[in-house]
Amino acid sequence: MQTEAYMNLFLGLAFAPLLGGIINRIKAAFAGRTGQPLLQQYYDMYKNIRKGAVYSRTTSWLFRAGPIVGLASVLIALALVPVNGSTAPLAFTGDLILFAYALGLMRFFTVLAALDTGSSFEGMGASREVFFSALAEPALLLGLATVARRAGTLSLSELLAATSVTSPELVLVLAALGIVFLCENARIPFDDPNTHLELTMIHEVMVLDHSGPDFAFIQYGAALKVWVLGSVIVGLILPVAGGKFLLLNSAALLGCMFMLAVIVGIIESTMARLRLLRVPQLLVAAGALSLFAFILSMR
Amino acid sequence: MTAHNFILLDNAEAIAFERVPLVSPDAFRRAVLYAVGNGARISAFFGTPEESLVSNASRKDCSARRIRLCCVLAHDAQGKLAIGSTVIEDVYPALTPDCPQAHLFERELYEQWGIVPEGHPWLKPLRFHKRYNNGHDGSGHDAPDPAIGVTDFFHIDGAEMHEVAVGPVHAGIIEPGHFRFQCHGEDVYHLEISLGYQHRGIEPALTGGPNKRSLHYMETLAGDTTIGHATAYAQAMEALAGGIAPPRAQAIRGIALELERAANHTGDLGALAGDIGYLPTASYCGRIRGDFLNMTALLCGSRFGRGLVSPGGVLYDFDTERLSRLKDKLQQAQKDVTSAVNLLWEAPSVMARFEHTGALPPDTAEELGLVGPAARASGLVRDVRYDFPSGIFRFAQIPVSTWGTGDVFARAYVRWLELQRSLSFILGQLEMLPAGDIMTGPVTPAPKSLAVSLVEGWRGEICHVAITDGQGGFSEYKIVDPSFHNWLGLAIAMRDQQISDFPLCNKSFNLSYCGHDL
Repeated sequence: MQTEAYMNLFLGLAFAPLLGGIINRIKAAFAGRTGQPLLQQYYDMYKNIRKGAVYSRTTSWLFRAGPIVGLASVLIALALVPVNGSTAPLAFTGDLILFAYALGLMRFFTVLAALDTGSSFEGMGASREVFFSALAEPALLLGLATVARRAGTLSLSELLAATSVTSPELVLVLAALGIVFLCENARIPFDDPNTHLELTMIHEVMVLDHSGPDFAFIQYGAALKVWVLGSVIVGLILPVAGGKFLLLNSAALLGCMFMLAVIVGIIESTMARLRLLRVPQLLVAAGALSLFAFILSMR
Repeated sequence: MTAHNFILLDNAEAIAFERVPLVSPDAFRRAVLYAVGNGARISAFFGTPEESLVSNASRKDCSARRIRLCCVLAHDAQGKLAIGSTVIEDVYPALTPDCPQAHLFERELYEQWGIVPEGHPWLKPLRFHKRYNNGHDGSGHDAPDPAIGVTDFFHIDGAEMHEVAVGPVHAGIIEPGHFRFQCHGEDVYHLEISLGYQHRGIEPALTGGPNKRSLHYMETLAGDTTIGHATAYAQAMEALAGGIAPPRAQAIRGIALELERAANHTGDLGALAGDIGYLPTASYCGRIRGDFLNMTALLCGSRFGRGLVSPGGVLYDFDTERLSRLKDKLQQAQKDVTSAVNLLWEAPSVMARFEHTGALPPDTAEELGLVGPAARASGLVRDVRYDFPSGIFRFAQIPVSTWGTGDVFARAYVRWLELQRSLSFILGQLEMLPAGDIMTGPVTPAPKSLAVSLVEGWRGEICHVAITDGQGGFSEYKIVDPSFHNWLGLAIAMRDQQISDFPLCNKSFNLSYCGHDL
């Protein structure tokens, strides 16, 4: 067993909730506030894990399965993304597809659990989530396909090791993945993670009925999802330093993830949410960027 | 202009009650429709038992059947109020089909006295309280006492339609109200708003007054409009007593009223930004709203202006030291709020959310009888401070701020325009505060009189109608909060909108639940 293979898994499990803390602190700084503690997300999860869960009588096993399957799926995805230059623990040829659909499975179960409650809010959130992710998925897959074609491999580990920002299509892919990153993680301009207005929510409204440990799972899963998608983007950007420089690569990854959180915080502080009608347009634009990049890579 | 069979009076003018014309229901109906057709607005439309006007019968176990309907019409362009009345027993032909702004008023009549306006398109009680006259129902069969929250809703059938119910318990810290959306996917076809969860019975509690409690009812009937309602009450009392507040008191009332407006408009602009996730303005305005509230506290010790206005004048005076402190704070806040709010108009992502959302065309706004910033955002020039000036506004006029598009942007922008004008008004008043007393002697209402008092609160026209009995006590005290006129406007503005834009639309109106429910 190699430590370097497990490095990103370890970093993600440990630091993913910190990203949320960083985003919140950046937003607080922009608003002239002190903001919540950096470790607030850890405290929240710790609080929730100790609580009991409340289940509505109208729900079935699907509702309880949602958070567990969700967390498990994102853990699989995390185990497919290595620190740049090493090989992830679950890496195999074609894991690119598994990566995209592990995240898809997570979403699918979150949606099922939301629909299981029978609440009109959750139904609305589920329908929005499915609609938007149906548009985000081509952007993600085409983007990854472009990079795969460039790198000549279908394994995420080899792919991240083989690329750096040297070709024009990669810039397009990065832009598309950046949009997908914000959308999939329910950040502004797609969704407002801080809102209390059920009618405007997308992701948050689907988990309104979860409580206690289930909710802690969801929070952890959401934090890990930020990490997973973020570390793919960072992996595409970062130059490769070869397998020997594990510590350097890890430190670079960690630093870049924090930078990413800062950027997300700045975006959230300086722009308003999109009107829901406009969200598909932006996602289609991301898809178009990916498609264009794919066409460029066919040259 | 004069509606037939109506008597004209000014804002804050009292007349002997017997001078209020009493006409046949038919003539009354024709007069109201004629006046409204010629540009008048219904400011208040209410019933009061005929027997309480002749004797001093208590409201408690009243079983009155004969109800005196009084209608106060506002002729904005002429600055005149017109009032007329008729006596109704059980049924009368509804005004609503010909005059939509009577909609809620007629439902209220049905709710309070069991009077059935025949032909009313959607007749059901507005709130969930018992009839004032022992459950009597004009339709013949007595209706059971209403159960809270149980009512009919307009709904659309069909497999693709879905109904979304929001409230009365909400996710935010706001007042309770129930919203029922008929949606087709994300599109709202119809919204019905069901209120009444905040009903406290303020109007019945005021009858028999004025007493020690009356002023406090006024200050708390819509807590964010303390100065507005207290001023309207004080004005009505002074009119009934035939007096007038000293000039210095009038100026202080004006300053407090505009500070209230500034605080609430700032808070609203911040909340609008918060709803669309635009952080900078949301955070700064939240803080600056507190600054304005603190200025009111500087004046009277209460952030909401409790205990400042009283019939006869005001209870707190400025000394020079506080005057200069207020001036400094005001100038600082003016600077802060300008930079915070201007961020909104400069951010394309904000404007994309505000523009074309929840647009209410001027003719709809006029038909519904909207008031306040919501009406002015639809291009209607109505402002009590300008149309029916009373107190300090007779001497220092504030221009009416309007915008034509009627959307969320217009409602936000009108608030910003008003805010700026309010601040310069206050600064101007602080420069030339009249000297003298702040209080007249005791204010004793004259017997058997009626007074109408209008004040432009920050949400719009506040209308108080006081009728006194033989001893000078209130036999009827009618309060119309601006929200009462405007709730229907919100429901109509939501048609063909995205349901996800509802919170934004709602905030752009920011209506009072307790002011409506009383």
